[in-house]
Amino acid sequence: MAQQAPAKEPTVQQIAEQKIYKQFGVSDSEFELICGFLGRQPNYTEIGVFSVMWSEHCAYKNSKPLLRRFPTSGPRVLMGPGEGAGIVDIGDKQAVVFKIESHNHPSAVEPYQGAATGVGGIIRDIFSMGSRPIALLNSLRFGKLESDRVKYLFEHVVSGIAGYGNCIGIPTVAGEIMFDEAYEGNPLVNAMCVGLIDHDKIQRGVAKGVGNPVFYVGPATGRDGIHGATFASEDLTAESEAKRSAVQVGDPFMEKLVMEATLELIDSGIVLGIQDMGAAGLTCSSAEMASKAGNGMELYLDEVPQREEGMTAYEMMLSESQERMLFVTEPQHEAQAKAIFERWGLHCAKVGKVTDDGRLRLFHKGEQVADMPVKALVDDCPVYNKPAKVPDYYLKNGSIDTNRYEQMLDLTDSLKKVLGSPSLASKEWVYSQYDYQVRTSTAVVPGSDAAVVAIRGTRKALAMTTDCNGRYVYLDPEVGGRIAVAEAARNVVCSGGEPLAITDNLNFGSPEKPEVFWQMEKSVDGMAEACRFLETPVIGGNVSLYNENAKGAIYPTPVVGMVGLITDIDHITTQEFKAEGDVIYLLGETKAEIGGSEFQYAVHGLTEGRPPIIDLAVEKALHGAVLGAIRQGLVASAHDLSEGGLAAAVAESTFGRGLGAKVDFTTNLRPDLALFSESQSRILLSAKPEHSAALEAWIAEQGVPVQKLGVVGGEELVIAVNGHTAIQAPVNEFRTEWKEAIPCRMQ
Amino acid sequence: MKFAVIVFPGSNCDLDMYNAVADTVGEQVDYVWQTATDLSGYDAILVPGGFSYGDYLRCGAIAQLAPVMNEVRKAAAEGKFVLGVCNGFQVLTEAGLLPGALIRNNSLKFRCHPVALRVENANTAFTRDYEQGEVVTIPIAHGEGNYYCDEETLASLKANGQIVFTYDGLNPNGSVGNIAGISNEAGNVVGMMPHPERAVSELLGSPDGAKMFTSVLNAWRERNGAASTR
Repeated sequence: MAQQAPAKEPTVQQIAEQKIYKQFGVSDSEFELICGFLGRQPNYTEIGVFSVMWSEHCAYKNSKPLLRRFPTSGPRVLMGPGEGAGIVDIGDKQAVVFKIESHNHPSAVEPYQGAATGVGGIIRDIFSMGSRPIALLNSLRFGKLESDRVKYLFEHVVSGIAGYGNCIGIPTVAGEIMFDEAYEGNPLVNAMCVGLIDHDKIQRGVAKGVGNPVFYVGPATGRDGIHGATFASEDLTAESEAKRSAVQVGDPFMEKLVMEATLELIDSGIVLGIQDMGAAGLTCSSAEMASKAGNGMELYLDEVPQREEGMTAYEMMLSESQERMLFVTEPQHEAQAKAIFERWGLHCAKVGKVTDDGRLRLFHKGEQVADMPVKALVDDCPVYNKPAKVPDYYLKNGSIDTNRYEQMLDLTDSLKKVLGSPSLASKEWVYSQYDYQVRTSTAVVPGSDAAVVAIRGTRKALAMTTDCNGRYVYLDPEVGGRIAVAEAARNVVCSGGEPLAITDNLNFGSPEKPEVFWQMEKSVDGMAEACRFLETPVIGGNVSLYNENAKGAIYPTPVVGMVGLITDIDHITTQEFKAEGDVIYLLGETKAEIGGSEFQYAVHGLTEGRPPIIDLAVEKALHGAVLGAIRQGLVASAHDLSEGGLAAAVAESTFGRGLGAKVDFTTNLRPDLALFSESQSRILLSAKPEHSAALEAWIAEQGVPVQKLGVVGGEELVIAVNGHTAIQAPVNEFRTEWKEAIPCRMQ
Repeated sequence: MKFAVIVFPGSNCDLDMYNAVADTVGEQVDYVWQTATDLSGYDAILVPGGFSYGDYLRCGAIAQLAPVMNEVRKAAAEGKFVLGVCNGFQVLTEAGLLPGALIRNNSLKFRCHPVALRVENANTAFTRDYEQGEVVTIPIAHGEGNYYCDEETLASLKANGQIVFTYDGLNPNGSVGNIAGISNEAGNVVGMMPHPERAVSELLGSPDGAKMFTSVLNAWRERNGAASTR
């Protein structure tokens, strides 16, 4: 390889005088603070390290005051936010580990690698806790599926996710995708990983034991991904393309080796602390591990495996080369650790030592090149309470009557439009590219309300889902935040699970804008309230801000990743109708709520007004009623009502087995509003005729409104309102619209 | 009966293959690491799916050079039962144990979904418990499962009854003659793209793959003079 001469680094004086730190997103006042912590002005390596540690991505400096509002503890929570991932008890000395993380900015400029390394990063967070990853999920947003650019981003993000997950052998079991102009130019790529662990195997990223060696394992460090965390903490501009080098390149085979070796190493019991090198690579892992132990660390950078010649301390510290881990063990275990890695063809290098002086010191070519207090790097980044302002659009929307639209009369056509909208349409084109069955535990494959993964050797299973309707959150962040949590829980309940906890990925525009900060604040309040009410604490997550381009910010999109526990695999329930003659019920109340609905968007071409309201007490009662009915064996199918309302929910339930349905909905609403309203806290159930009486009695006893709608059967979908047929066509016609919408656009 | 599941560093269906043996026939099964130089204690050798060495080059091109593959060749020559699934099938073709090659799906995309398979030869050690012509449901999950061979080879595969499975109806990858799985001339080595180990219970969507494992157990029992279970 040709030697690349490193560009001459700016001097201490130049950094201060020419304000070079501003290029790294460090403000004047932050620079002053850094000088104070050091007792002098920083050199180039030091300002580089500070700038990534103090970026929004690592320090949450704009979001911390909001994150504190989340409930983070509960009787089942074994580990909350702060480590690689949160952990929740599921009984029998087993626990589930999960976290979601974004890779939005990288995916906007380099979709395949951006998405692939997003998956790789979240998997490392899970196995660095000592946990075996068992499932992957994702949540994606793209612009309208019309332009070549959007199609390119969509196609390559999906292949990136597939390329990484399929190769490493972790099934991608669920996800959600929405297409809307609001995400044009700023796609969202959030990846979630779920792992299993025995209580006694839980690891922490902590540099314990002064004098202990620090090891680096994984591929050599290159110049890729330098300043990735900083890049992710600013708006996307025309110049972003030039920052393609800030995007990392993934190697899932390498990660498979690192994962297997790491799990074997942890199993051997000799690891004192371990952390993956994710955002801000060597910098973040070393500083955080030292910080958590209240210790310091020395790193000998000449010992760091290097992929390229002539790398500087700055480059090594800021590289985000993938698939690397840092761990601490006692000196006498060095040979054992090395042997484990060698079996997997990996080299592990001793690159540092735990110290007691609370400082991160870097040595390169015989000289000390940086000396910084660990606490200043990890804990002392200033936290900003940004001003919030109610946006004009929100005030304006308050007076919009969403029931003023002219009545739609051909509702068969409306239903086809809604089902054929890419956001609601079948995602088979996407998930058939993911290996969703490897590890042979996927009991409910993609396409139902939540995926279900069975836990071998037990009767238990885990239900998992990702959810967020950005349109609702945009129209009313607080209500939208509540709904995101409630809908995730409803999906878990419909699959037969008890919601356990959530991980969240807060995707927003620039917090510098008071209107965006208001969206953040309100949606966090809404989510926090729902989490408290539904007893699903937040055990970890990620914040992605500055999702903006010249055209403005994305819809506020706080994605919820939820895991629920199914106590017996016999309780696993899916959305599809099961048999001719089964009785169909609607639980919950339907109001004329069209604001932010798919009907409003796909049929009227609008997103306006207020979203559906939600009463958390009503929601919780519904969950109890449905879960109780499932556990008593009274339910044949369950499907939550969300985008597309009742009409879409009934239609989707017919698609699985091609069994038709004949239903009649009694209501005092206009038929189009009644069938496409997205009123919350509603679930569609079907039951065998012999169970119908018991089911009706049980639901009524729980105080949940229930209406018998009709029966499963035939080859047609017939939906009447107050006895008058409103929608009627063969199931296959609807199914074709729904199934072909995305493939047609991607041809 | 003793089963070996070969493990390359990038194998990822080794666990599934192991569990499938345990769950369907309950015979002894061991993981055997790629550097092993002795397979003499095993009666059946299973080469699982995955990405053996990352497969950034041709799938299986590096795996066929692993030390254990000499032992697999030896075992095949001795008439032991050898099954390669997905990446395992790719490895067996690269190793010269099966004719032809697996190239990229004609869609140029990875595809994962259940497929309908027709049992074209119910006389192999791995398919004897199926009915000839039976159609079963078994999932696929591959990006390079498009079986290719020249016309001469195809003619000889047909003539010798070496086509074991074909896709019934939809061909998911564009393979020659709708081929999903083949055997060697002797019939003791079978390779297939679909994953029978993923179809061994209703909970996983289909139990139709289980007969692959009961078949080979019965073949072994017959060979060793023990009574067949069915």
